[in-house]
Amino acid sequence: MTKYILKRIFYLFITLFIIASLTFFLMKMLPGTPFSNQNRMSPDQLKIVKAQYGLDQSVGVQYVRYMVGLLHGNLGTSFQFNNEPVTSLIGQRLAPSMQIGAQAMIVGTVLGILLGAVAAIRKNTWADTLATFVSILGLSIPSFVLAVLLQFYLAYKWRIFPVALWDNFQSSILPTLALAALPLGTVARFMRTEMVDVMSSDYIELAKSKGNSNWKVVTKHALRNSLIPVVTIIGPMAVSVMTGSMVVENIFSIPGIGEQFVKSITTNDYPTIMGLTIFYSFLLIIVYLIVDILYGLIDPRIRLGNGGKE
Amino acid sequence: MDKILEVKDLHVDFDTYNGVVHAIRGVNFHLNAGETLAIVGESGSGKSITVRSVLQLLASNATISKGEVLYHGDDLLQKSDKEMDKIRGNKISMIFQDPMTSLDPTMTIGKQVAEPLLIHNNVSKKDALKRTEEVLRLVGIPNPAARMNDYPHQFSGGQRQRIVIAIAIVDYPEILIADEPTTALDVTVQAQIIDLLKELQQKIGTSIIFITHDLGVVAGIADRVAVMYAGRFVEYGSVDDIFYNPQHPYTWGLLDSMPTLDTNEEARLNSIPGTPPNLLNPPKGDAFAPRNAYAMQIDEEEQPPFFKVSKNHFAATWLLHPDAPKVTPPAAILKRYEKFQKLGGNAK
Ligand SMILES: Nc1ncnc2c1ncn2[C@@H]1O[C@H](COP(=O)(O)OP(=O)(O)OP(=O)(O)O)[C@@H](O)[C@H]1O
Ligand SMILES: [Mg+2]
Repeated sequence: MTKYILKRIFYLFITLFIIASLTFFLMKMLPGTPFSNQNRMSPDQLKIVKAQYGLDQSVGVQYVRYMVGLLHGNLGTSFQFNNEPVTSLIGQRLAPSMQIGAQAMIVGTVLGILLGAVAAIRKNTWADTLATFVSILGLSIPSFVLAVLLQFYLAYKWRIFPVALWDNFQSSILPTLALAALPLGTVARFMRTEMVDVMSSDYIELAKSKGNSNWKVVTKHALRNSLIPVVTIIGPMAVSVMTGSMVVENIFSIPGIGEQFVKSITTNDYPTIMGLTIFYSFLLIIVYLIVDILYGLIDPRIRLGNGGKE
Repeated sequence: MDKILEVKDLHVDFDTYNGVVHAIRGVNFHLNAGETLAIVGESGSGKSITVRSVLQLLASNATISKGEVLYHGDDLLQKSDKEMDKIRGNKISMIFQDPMTSLDPTMTIGKQVAEPLLIHNNVSKKDALKRTEEVLRLVGIPNPAARMNDYPHQFSGGQRQRIVIAIAIVDYPEILIADEPTTALDVTVQAQIIDLLKELQQKIGTSIIFITHDLGVVAGIADRVAVMYAGRFVEYGSVDDIFYNPQHPYTWGLLDSMPTLDTNEEARLNSIPGTPPNLLNPPKGDAFAPRNAYAMQIDEEEQPPFFKVSKNHFAATWLLHPDAPKVTPPAAILKRYEKFQKLGGNAK
């Protein structure tokens, strides 16, 4: 297992290197510069500013500089946002984003698993229909629409939650719900399909023939086996929660990195865009790594297949 | 002898998209303490449904519309699912057909074998695992103490079937129902599993219901045989009765399609021509009549009752009616009759 994880971490760095290089060159191919809309600057002034950020050098030199910086954990300095280092920019805004992202993933996955399991066990009853209805809603309403709806009714009209504020746990509830809908719907649908399958399998019948109560059959045998494929969709779901959070953070004025990403793109703030892209990639690769480890923990067939223990 | 299980007039229906399938249409049998009863019949004849009804392990679209399942005189069909949980895996346990899919892929086999013990007895985990190790050794898993921590995919098909058997016997059941326990295995492993079941029966003294569609394995394990066709039993008796003095044309057909050591003429297998009836609309008369070369007018009209052949031997065919014309069974069956006489029996 340790050997496997070390190998994966090695691949993680190679992937990050490739992503960083790709983003760098793609960014250079974009038309316009961070200062192109500042027509109050004279050509001389522009030259000075460009030199200050190293933009007067050849692309190759810029690239090497950037990669060396990256190796030292330096993501460069933002052109906007008060010329702050990108790392500290991300650092300041990481907490709110991580909080609502993680909350949304946990709420969505746990509720989705429960909903899907109930639907499968009560197959073809009203409970199944209700669960299917809820999960299709979650799947089909975009998170920003849900965010606006929640904000309008729960916050503006009924005043149960703050409209847009970032101070306590209360203020994280609505954005979390808006972001949790999609993972909830996805997991519930996946879980139902999988569990219906598992419940009709031979080993469930054997478990019942041992004298297990229906509850025990589900909790000791069916759940774990149904979870195996569900784990695989956690990765892609994390991606959609991340992209969703960019818009949702804007709607609720949450000072998170999603909001910052959107701003940095509209202002051609290269170092920030690059820094955030690399950071998001890093996060995703970590999520995928965790998913794979989880997968191995749940499914013993995988554990051995990858040259783990034994 | 003690009847520990008696099934009376069992009827099972399935609700399907096309209508109601009358899968079991009035089955009667009993199981004596300590014996092995084999149930044989073609695929789809209702063997699995019959024994699953005993434990009420049926699909959700099934209804047991009529009948009794008396276990020590107590009707199991009147019991709730909770009450049945106390019997399943404890008093009556089951071995399923496919060892490759019968074990939970994500649980160690030690835990799976120990489960019935922990459900039904007030034992510590440690004691349960100790007993598990013993049972795994008993069914022939080498090095059981270490292998208990392995998962199903780390065992061969034959080993997995031994583990499935270990699960069934770990709590010393009174009745063991084996639903085609060897069908998915190759011939040598089949023989080993049959020997294992016989050995276990002697050691722990269970009664066995053994289901198979292969008459070949019956002789090696059973005391009595019941022959099933289209949701009913058509003939039952001792192994000798069924093998050497069969009376029902369907049993003749089954025996004829069985390769034996003494069919030394080129082993030409005659499978029974035709297909079983559609149980959405079961026939009024004898369900086997359309495939029966010896069918008479009355077979089309009325279901034959059981006629007594000898003390424990009964067959449901009009050919046994006193007024029926004498027919000559196929040559191979006549040969069997000869053997029966040599054995001291009294063939018809
Ligand atoms: N869930 C179901 N829905 C509808 N019909 C069913 C269902 N299960 C079984 N049947 C029908 O019941 C009949 C008996 O099935 P059963 O499984 O008992 O056969 P079997 O004798 O065990 O055959 P095999 O040797 O193939 O295992 C078959 O005709 C089958 O079509
Ligand atoms: Mg069967």
